[in-house]
Amino acid sequence: MTSGIYDTATLFGLCGAALAGIGLFVVIAHPGLLRRLVGFNILGAGIFMVFGAVARRGAAAGLPGDPVPQAMVITGIVVAFSASALGVALLRRLFDLTGRESLEPPAAGETPRAES
Amino acid sequence: MNLLLDLALVAWLVVLALHVARTGDDRNAIVAFIAFGLLLGLAWTRLGAVDVALTEAAIGGGITGLLLLRAEAHLRRGRPVGSTARQGKSVTTIVAALTSIAVALDLGFAVLAFPSPAPTLAPPALAAIDATGLGNPVTAVLLAYRALDTLLEKVVVLLALLGVWALTPDHLWGGAPELKEANPPQPLLYLARMLPPFGVLIAVYMVWVGADAPGGTFQAGSILAAMWLLVMLAGLSPAPETRSLMLRLLLVGGPALFFAIGFLGFAVAGGFLAYPEPLAKALIVGIEAALTVAIALALGLLVAGPANRAPAP
Repeated sequence: MTSGIYDTATLFGLCGAALAGIGLFVVIAHPGLLRRLVGFNILGAGIFMVFGAVARRGAAAGLPGDPVPQAMVITGIVVAFSASALGVALLRRLFDLTGRESLEPPAAGETPRAES
Repeated sequence: MNLLLDLALVAWLVVLALHVARTGDDRNAIVAFIAFGLLLGLAWTRLGAVDVALTEAAIGGGITGLLLLRAEAHLRRGRPVGSTARQGKSVTTIVAALTSIAVALDLGFAVLAFPSPAPTLAPPALAAIDATGLGNPVTAVLLAYRALDTLLEKVVVLLALLGVWALTPDHLWGGAPELKEANPPQPLLYLARMLPPFGVLIAVYMVWVGADAPGGTFQAGSILAAMWLLVMLAGLSPAPETRSLMLRLLLVGGPALFFAIGFLGFAVAGGFLAYPEPLAKALIVGIEAALTVAIALALGLLVAGPANRAPAP
């Protein structure tokens, strides 16, 4: 029973590590800001999953997992959403003002747009 | 059998994440991300965390997905025809890939090197739960043991909303965000009429049952927010003007009540956010109800974004 719990926790912990890596790659390497926001969410999901593995391993006293990390992940998900919403609002404003959707320097021939 | 399910879930999660990294089209990536969020909810049930699973499915997959899809549609509309997404430089990509793989491997080793037996706070969390009158240890952590985290998180959500509103162009300040599409499709109108009563019922049930079983403020708040967004998207009820005093009072009300009860704790129970024992459950359920309304409004308005219609004179 105990080893079974550890196996599930380890498997999803490793999955979380892989997801965090993939999310980090998108955040660094992708030029589009919207895609970076998606990557940021995947990165967060991976970290939360590692935390979930910690919670699962802490199963004791008849609970399926340690409630403290679980509560912190719930808080984290809401904060991550708030950050994404702020990011999306910044991106939309940047796009409305300049017509750009990445932070790369604009290519020659592109002119900044006036606010509509 | 369970191992097979776990392996399939992990494989799907990783494949969807890789798809987000590889695909050239933003909308494609976001749809993959929504599927990813729902599967992640399933993964959380496998980790024995049903409260987290509910939150993840509702916020991580659902509302974040809606937020990203609306942003993508906005960018697509404003983009000149025929422009293509630029690729990143190959050197950056290789360095980024190496860095990310190193971070993932580090995290993987950390997972394999977790101490055994695992440290846990489950026994102390259960030992004190009778004093709170609650039955769900996660709710007890969120609203009693670590109530300060939850309180500050509410403040963070409000600050994010303030940041979003601050991006309103000057001449539209105080106006309402416009979510309605020009011609909402019939199925959307139908669902926006049919679903909200059930959604509200489920949300009320979740707040109430969250004291003793999986559920609670965040999950209920996000369901209410989803219902409200559905109604606004279909154009059945316009979004409120952001200058409305009523709206602002409701937004601040939940955290303000939380603060008030927290300071009251000094007087009656000997510390910030300490609850007097016989009243603990009543106070917690009261805070939860006020917070649910504030959370639902804040989440909905975060998705709606800054005002893009001038205030009515």
